[in-house]
Amino acid sequence: MTAQTTPGHGAPVDETDAHTWTGRARRWLLRKLPPDKLLPEDQPSFVASWAYVFGMGAIGSLLWIIVSGIVLGLNGPQWYHVSSLGSFVNSTHLWSVELFFIFMVVHLWLKFWMAAWRGGRLLTWITGVISFVVSIVAAFTGYLLQTNFDSQWIAFEAKDALNAVGVGAWFNVANVGQLFTWHVTLLPVAVGAVVVLHVLLVRVHGVAPPLEAAESDAQLLHNRPGATEPPEPAEPPEATEPRGTVQ
Amino acid sequence: MAGCLVAGAVSVGAGTYFGWDGFTIQSGNLIVIVVMIILFVLALVLPFPGGKRRK
Amino acid sequence: MTRKSSSISWRKTDDVASRPWTGSVREYDLIKELIIGVVVVGLLVLGVSAIFGSPDEPSVSLKAWATAAPADFTATAAKELAGTSDTAGYGPPYNSTQDATQKIGPVDLQSLSGIRLPVDTANDFVIAPLATLPSPPADLARWTAATDQQRSAWAATYSDALAAAPDSDPAKVADGDYGPVPALTAALLDMARQGSLDGVLQSGGNFYNMDYTRSLLFLGDGGYFPDLAASQHLSGDQWGVMNETGDTPGQSWLWLFSLLYQIEPFKSAPNADALVVVTMLVLTALLALLPFIPGLRSLPRMIPLHRLIWKDYYRNR
Repeated sequence: MTAQTTPGHGAPVDETDAHTWTGRARRWLLRKLPPDKLLPEDQPSFVASWAYVFGMGAIGSLLWIIVSGIVLGLNGPQWYHVSSLGSFVNSTHLWSVELFFIFMVVHLWLKFWMAAWRGGRLLTWITGVISFVVSIVAAFTGYLLQTNFDSQWIAFEAKDALNAVGVGAWFNVANVGQLFTWHVTLLPVAVGAVVVLHVLLVRVHGVAPPLEAAESDAQLLHNRPGATEPPEPAEPPEATEPRGTVQ
Repeated sequence: MAGCLVAGAVSVGAGTYFGWDGFTIQSGNLIVIVVMIILFVLALVLPFPGGKRRK
Repeated sequence: MTRKSSSISWRKTDDVASRPWTGSVREYDLIKELIIGVVVVGLLVLGVSAIFGSPDEPSVSLKAWATAAPADFTATAAKELAGTSDTAGYGPPYNSTQDATQKIGPVDLQSLSGIRLPVDTANDFVIAPLATLPSPPADLARWTAATDQQRSAWAATYSDALAAAPDSDPAKVADGDYGPVPALTAALLDMARQGSLDGVLQSGGNFYNMDYTRSLLFLGDGGYFPDLAASQHLSGDQWGVMNETGDTPGQSWLWLFSLLYQIEPFKSAPNADALVVVTMLVLTALLALLPFIPGLRSLPRMIPLHRLIWKDYYRNR
């Protein structure tokens, strides 16, 4: 058990060869997110609620959105109007988006009531909100790409809001060529990037403990009888233990 | 202008709407919102199956 | 035992929330959960798609409009010539109409872009398409030769006369000095009914085109297209922003954006769009920064729903 005084600061003794930028980047990454934190085999015992499944539900939905979207995109915009298989794939694209938002919104509600931003998890909350917002824009461009009556009308209505704040000239909802770029490349990349960052931050910080968790609680005491308030935040045994096996 | 509505290429039903006093909601949207609320409540009250404890 | 008061602060301190968890753990399989999630969601998606499908209402063409509502089409064409249509008076990014922009106080965001998508309704929607005909109407030369004032006078007079005529029927318009306007709108109606206006307006003679700005603006200046949308509950004042055609759920996540359009002071504001968008941007920023906002961030502590989420934990503390 190494006595790490200030985690995330100063060079660790076990990687003195990290003198290049790349080496330092690797050292930083491994310190922030060692493999056993990235792909954990256990979680705190309080992680026992259905409240914890909705984030994964949203990720599952996102994967189905991407798969169905690739099939739709590769077949071109007219396919789904004329093919029954195309129509079905279009349906799966729509419904996986509806499920994505359902899971994401319930996830957001639950994380609010769990005050999950506590203890240095601010960026996790913010990236979550950003992924929600970027997803809304991505879905909006999808509605504009239906190339049917609905998209026609949405384009006509939505231009006013965009023009009123001066962005309609560049983000032109009636220009299908522009919309393909946004919906098929830029926005999916943005959603994916923010979601990946969000998930990595969850892994880096770990799951937020119950709101009123105290040193004296059974689930904490269970592991450290006697210790109530350590002078310094000590590295937990199970976090330092695998450090030697990382390399 | 009512006459031209009939002539339009309306293939899908006009939809089912609920509402009063300027507030209307489409049935599909209503169901989605109700489902979210039900999932939220279930997540709070349903017991979670116990996993294997270690340590 | 001293128990620290539960903190809802986002700050990293030395409390339980800030430290890596040192208590008891349970087995957890991340990959397994991911696979189960993907499979369960996949079954849900396939099942719901098979049962409910997805709507695909055909788009409206200028041909369909001209065929279904010729009087509305003619009246709209006359307004485009007179410069009195919604598009003609829109302002940036389409044209430079005075005082047309939506301002918030002195801030005029709409003018920021300048006229990046220039639209001259008379020329782009009526005159230029007619000029592409194999035998353009003879009256086109008369319009082209006339002064701007003369053109506006003809078109405005005809537009008014159409509005006054029974059923807005061009055949029942009272006599007057309309110049070449009735002949031009009639020729445009013919062109639209034959289906050639759709192509000309979209591509402007080019082979490729993916920009539907002009066709859409022209379509929206009439009454036919917005009425169709209203019949499908898609108008802005019908919460249409959220709605999809039929009974399929739409963008229900836009509920707040849609709600603002239904209530004062937004509802009757001439700059409603600018106000709603800016309000939504502010509210979104507040959601992202919620951990900083006193009161709101304390709600989870004041209304302890978390006691249900972590009921096992609190039962055995």
